[in-house]
Amino acid sequence: MSVDGQPAAPALPEFSEALLDTSLPVPSGVVGPDGKPAPKRFTVYRNNVVVSLVEAIEQTFPAVQRMIGEDYFKALAREFVVEKPPKSPVLMWYGAEFPAFLETFEPLAAYPYLADVARVEWNWLQAYHAEDAMPLSPEELAEVAPDALGNMTFKIHPAAIVVESAWPILSFVAVNRFLPDDDMAIDLKDAQSVLITRPDLDVELMLLRPGGALFLEQLRSGSTLGQAAEAASVGVENFDLSGVLTDFLSAGVFRTLAS
Amino acid sequence: MQKKVMTAAIVAGAVATAVAGVAAPTAANAQAKEKCYGVSLKGKNDCKAGAGTTCAGTSTVDYQGNAWTLVPTGTCVSMELPDGRKGSLTELDRDLPKA
Repeated sequence: MSVDGQPAAPALPEFSEALLDTSLPVPSGVVGPDGKPAPKRFTVYRNNVVVSLVEAIEQTFPAVQRMIGEDYFKALAREFVVEKPPKSPVLMWYGAEFPAFLETFEPLAAYPYLADVARVEWNWLQAYHAEDAMPLSPEELAEVAPDALGNMTFKIHPAAIVVESAWPILSFVAVNRFLPDDDMAIDLKDAQSVLITRPDLDVELMLLRPGGALFLEQLRSGSTLGQAAEAASVGVENFDLSGVLTDFLSAGVFRTLAS
Repeated sequence: MQKKVMTAAIVAGAVATAVAGVAAPTAANAQAKEKCYGVSLKGKNDCKAGAGTTCAGTSTVDYQGNAWTLVPTGTCVSMELPDGRKGSLTELDRDLPKA
């Protein structure tokens, strides 16, 4: 489109492809005030786009960054940004694919736990941005008649998320994100599953007891308390129903009761 | 392997134990917080627009008057800060970043 003799603006696909691929030429129509092509201006813009997206990834995954080092992380995030640019203009939704990207990134194959650490950090952000809701109070549950309890179902709190892993991911996140001066010993054989909640303003991370993930998954899909407890105790050797319920009530996993 | 059965009594017992176990900590967790202006160190403020936006950690000077931090209710205005500053429940016009 040409307005008042100005050169036509570049076509959007050509412009956006050239933003992430430095081997492509400056899109036609990118001109300075003198009407001539402006490769330097475009290069500055191109760099700012990538740098701002790399910074977004750095801020979402600080534990992963600390585990592999700032320089390595920056180079890695650049690869990710070029390969998986955002699909939405909302920056807080950018990075969902980063854990899977880590998993398939050959040079990091010797660090298989990084992807799960990234999953905790990604879901931390999802819990942070989840809808606000008051968690179910234990008193409400206490008021239910004992013989009706087994048939209760729950609406799960919008910020409650579980990340299961074969690695000590909660320890990794705790040491590298929340206690950076702590040199706590981490046992690589310690498989940890993490419960992420935001009962009030702060996101909370908690180690799930055995069977907790299965139990919550059952309740989320609409099973009754009795059915979910049965499934978890059959499926997991040392499932502790009252312990898991204590954790869920104190962390704010439930939103409301339904019967 | 013997099949385990979750009887209604077991479920009810577990719920009773769980409810008893969390009653106390929940009361403690529910301690009210209030927004306290002018007390955060630079870059350490909570967010003015609330959780869900990205302005947390954006204050650029210490004790910035229009940035706040959540503190336990009742402690904000009694907080002692350097050079005679006090916290405030409303925005302050001291210590603003230079435009």
